[in-house]
Amino acid sequence: MIGNGLRWEMNAFVGFVERQKNLYRRYWAWEAVWLLYNLVTVLSIGYLANGLSAFSGSSGRFDLQQAQLYLLIGALLWTYLSMVFFEIAWAITWERWEGTIEYTFMAPIRRLTHLLGLCAASLLYGIARAGLIGLTLVLLFRLDLSRANYVSALAIFVAATLPLLGLGIFTSILPLLSPEKGDQMAFAVQGVLLLISGVYYPIAVLPGPLYLAGIASPLTYTLDGVRRALLHGLSLSGALPDIGILLLMGVVLVPASVWCFARAETRAKRLGLLKRSG
Amino acid sequence: MAIEAKEVNTVAVELQGISKRFAPAGRWPFGKRKKTEKLALDDVWLRVDSGRITGILGANGSGKSTLIRILATLLTPDAGTASVFGYDVVGQPSEVRRHINRVSVEASFFREMSPWENMLYAARLYGSGGAGTRERVEAMLERLGLPLDTLDRPMKQLSRGQQQKVAIARSFLTSPSLLLMDEPTTGLDPRSKREVQDLVSSIRRDRAATVLLCTHDLQEAEVLCDRVVVIDQGRVLAEGTPVQLIRQHAESDEGSLEDAFMRLTGKRLEEDEEAKEE
Repeated sequence: MIGNGLRWEMNAFVGFVERQKNLYRRYWAWEAVWLLYNLVTVLSIGYLANGLSAFSGSSGRFDLQQAQLYLLIGALLWTYLSMVFFEIAWAITWERWEGTIEYTFMAPIRRLTHLLGLCAASLLYGIARAGLIGLTLVLLFRLDLSRANYVSALAIFVAATLPLLGLGIFTSILPLLSPEKGDQMAFAVQGVLLLISGVYYPIAVLPGPLYLAGIASPLTYTLDGVRRALLHGLSLSGALPDIGILLLMGVVLVPASVWCFARAETRAKRLGLLKRSG
Repeated sequence: MAIEAKEVNTVAVELQGISKRFAPAGRWPFGKRKKTEKLALDDVWLRVDSGRITGILGANGSGKSTLIRILATLLTPDAGTASVFGYDVVGQPSEVRRHINRVSVEASFFREMSPWENMLYAARLYGSGGAGTRERVEAMLERLGLPLDTLDRPMKQLSRGQQQKVAIARSFLTSPSLLLMDEPTTGLDPRSKREVQDLVSSIRRDRAATVLLCTHDLQEAEVLCDRVVVIDQGRVLAEGTPVQLIRQHAESDEGSLEDAFMRLTGKRLEEDEEAKEE
């Protein structure tokens, strides 16, 4: 009985991943434009770092190559993280716009399956896109990754998936709360995370309250850990504290976000918000 | 999930004192929420036997779609209880969802995706989608008179009638015991309308499912439905077979269901359509 139930849910999980894959494929031209935009954004950060050499003169006070790598890692990870947020948050809005929201929400599946299916598709797609951008960076910039510990970087990246899922599900609640403004508020959440998580600077430069918020953000540990692994060769044992914090945050954030999503769904059912736009 | 012959005449749907109000969008949180509310359903009591086609006849805004959305577990009633095959729609939504499917007035699909991709997604959510699904989909669409070369074209390239046929095929793919049809022929050209009506007739003939058919079309209700429920301003005004309603509420035995409807509600359905167009 449990086996049947699990098979049913796994089948639905595959259905969500398959659906997203079909949508990406059908909208491939727009996806290519979006990828180009992401690429241009990251490249501009790289060239900004290149341009800093013009101001530092021959007696440059800091290591420009390290600064460039620092910024590029931040930009690349942020592109990935923000894309995953966007995809998950937009999924509900998109279904409302297409008019399929009612069909998906009346399907005999667990909401957890629905949400994890969407998250898995977003993560896989995000990794593929970030991989392409990363490859371009390696080709265009002379990056010194001689001291990088890729195993540690990968371990931190994988551990960050869990809290990222939690944050993504939290973000997807917003369009459920407000059909009109919810997806726009997802951008506001992204903006706050960009500010407090040390994407382009260490969070130590932030004033007190923002610094504390930065400590609470899982993205801070992801960015800091991956940077230390790629720039300074952080060992796997040295990365364990960051990995532990990320997993702990994930263990709290995922159930909390699913619980909040269920509350938001109950509210939407009460107010009649689970319906197509227009 | 299709019902067995022995299940005919058991209770498929039971509503006991269902009421639902909607508050219009207010200016909260920056202003006071408006107090006026719309009463969509007002103390509705209804019992639908399985294996029958029951028509819900009412003008726009009479509460038909609200009733359907409550049974589809997409809306929570403010008062009363509703059950589908003995399962409470609020307390046991998962069990209810395994027994139902829905065809709405708008054929709701991912428009860039093909009929096959949309139907595969639906199949996955209802526990199938493996080997043999493509053949089942093709057989179903053939039965509905849809050319098979449409199967892999984007939905947006299909006519409105073709889209509605795919919507019906999608609902059949999951073999629901209760099919909720919310104005499935509205907006279709006469030929497509006839084809959809023939299909509903075949369900009646085969006793393949219990059907709750919301319609504006009095002739359609008279021809297709075993029983008809007349609803206006959220209240059930009368119910019975078309013949009983005509006998009891039309001015003469030679009258029509339209005569009965006019006597019961004090208006013609066309008046409502005209008001809507204005």
